[in-house]
Amino acid sequence: MPPEAPPVLEARGLVKRFGAVAAVNGVSLGVRAGQVLAILGPSGSGKSTLLRCLNFLEVPDAGEVRLEGAVVPPRDRALNALRARVGMVFQQFNLFPHLTVGENVALAPRVVRGQPRAAARAAARDLLARVGLADHFDRPPLQLSGGQQQRAAIARALAMEPAALLFDEPTSALDPELTGEVLEVMRALAAEGRTMVVVTHEVAFARAVAHEVLFLDAGQVVERGPAAAVIDAPATERARRFFGRPGGPAGRPAPRA
Amino acid sequence: MIGPDGQLAGRPAGPLARAPWWILALVLAAVMVVWKVATSELYADIFRTLLAGLGVTLAVTAVSFPLAVGLGLLAALGLLSPHPVRRNLALLYVQVARGVPILVQIFIMAFVVVPLGVALLHHAGPAGGALAALRPSAVSMGCRVVAALVFAYGAFEAETIRGGLTSLARGQAEAARALGLTHRQALRHVLLPQTFRRLLPTLGNDLISLLKDSSLVSVLGVRDITQQARLYASATFRETEALTMLACFYLALTLLLALAVRGLEQRYRRHAA
Repeated sequence: MPPEAPPVLEARGLVKRFGAVAAVNGVSLGVRAGQVLAILGPSGSGKSTLLRCLNFLEVPDAGEVRLEGAVVPPRDRALNALRARVGMVFQQFNLFPHLTVGENVALAPRVVRGQPRAAARAAARDLLARVGLADHFDRPPLQLSGGQQQRAAIARALAMEPAALLFDEPTSALDPELTGEVLEVMRALAAEGRTMVVVTHEVAFARAVAHEVLFLDAGQVVERGPAAAVIDAPATERARRFFGRPGGPAGRPAPRA
Repeated sequence: MIGPDGQLAGRPAGPLARAPWWILALVLAAVMVVWKVATSELYADIFRTLLAGLGVTLAVTAVSFPLAVGLGLLAALGLLSPHPVRRNLALLYVQVARGVPILVQIFIMAFVVVPLGVALLHHAGPAGGALAALRPSAVSMGCRVVAALVFAYGAFEAETIRGGLTSLARGQAEAARALGLTHRQALRHVLLPQTFRRLLPTLGNDLISLLKDSSLVSVLGVRDITQQARLYASATFRETEALTMLACFYLALTLLLALAVRGLEQRYRRHAA
């Protein structure tokens, strides 16, 4: 990656307060084309809020977001343009229950990009086939399993041909069996060079797929670096405790090095 | 002990206790009415008289309801708006329209608002355009009553739709916006379709209420079925027969509507879940 290419998606000095609590407290991050950034951290550390600031589902109180080097001003038109180029996958899937699975995928290309109905539906069919849901095009989403719903939600995000994809704990609402099929799809996306920011509790997935890991605690980045370094050999006490490395959890005596 | 139906368990309900007797009673009544109309000249005469007003009753209802839902939708969006002027206007409207009896609203609309509006247009002169030439008498009592019903029911619909919109999971709006849909597109393609499906039973009830309240047009002399029955009764002193037939007309209409709404609901339910 030549150093002059700006990150696809970048945040500088993001702050988001809820009342007196700063859920995100001065976080900067960037993800380059074709890279996967994983955001890890304990519950309540601000991971999801940070991710939601990236597409302004939460409007940050301070800091800026840049898409392909250009600052995104917090105005409706610019935000809609940003969101149309940055896909998001939610913990609760959030498929539209009044539409078929196929229409869920075809809706945004049709409405936002003005694609003709037939073309949008054809593209949706291809995308659903790619996530293994070719036979579910005409079904109501609530008849699908959680894993299938999440894969459909990924197809829906892909339909806008996004420059980057945001995943907000995409497997946290799934049992282990269904988690596997969703992670498999995400692995395939990473392998084909999608730019992704993933908030997750799946440490093994982050270890295997992410190029960079942010470890967040109390709204601040505690550690950042290559996945292997942060997860296997955390530099801070807080991260060691989280990843269960020696020197960490209570009950396991910390060996003095 | 509470049974599966939520009732206190006591007497076991036998088939006789569970039979839908009320439907049987209605069917019997319907048979009697049909028989009376077929055999009695008096009832046939009343039936024809009321039939002449049926069009007005149905038209008032059919015109007022969609307009009321439209007005209610606008007001509901106002109630939910972050914009303080819009929100306060919507609140003011809803409170006023719900706080004044519909009958009083009909009188005010017919004898104050419409004449005043026409007079204002008149004074506006050429700015009023073609409407400046309008005379108060040109606005029929039917139109005035529809305007009043729309105003009154718009406020009910506003509250209903606001409740429906806020009961949708927040994730639905977020998912729509995250795809790049504008606020308006999200409402149109994602939020409102779900809201209206969910509100179908409530809207059905409101439609039935409106149909019944359309009888208020008779106070302005508009010849709906109520007015027709009153005229017939006062001309012939056959109050019992005319008013009974009138009640049968309303009952038949409301039962048909309730059935239609239930049919629609079931169709949507099969599509969802």
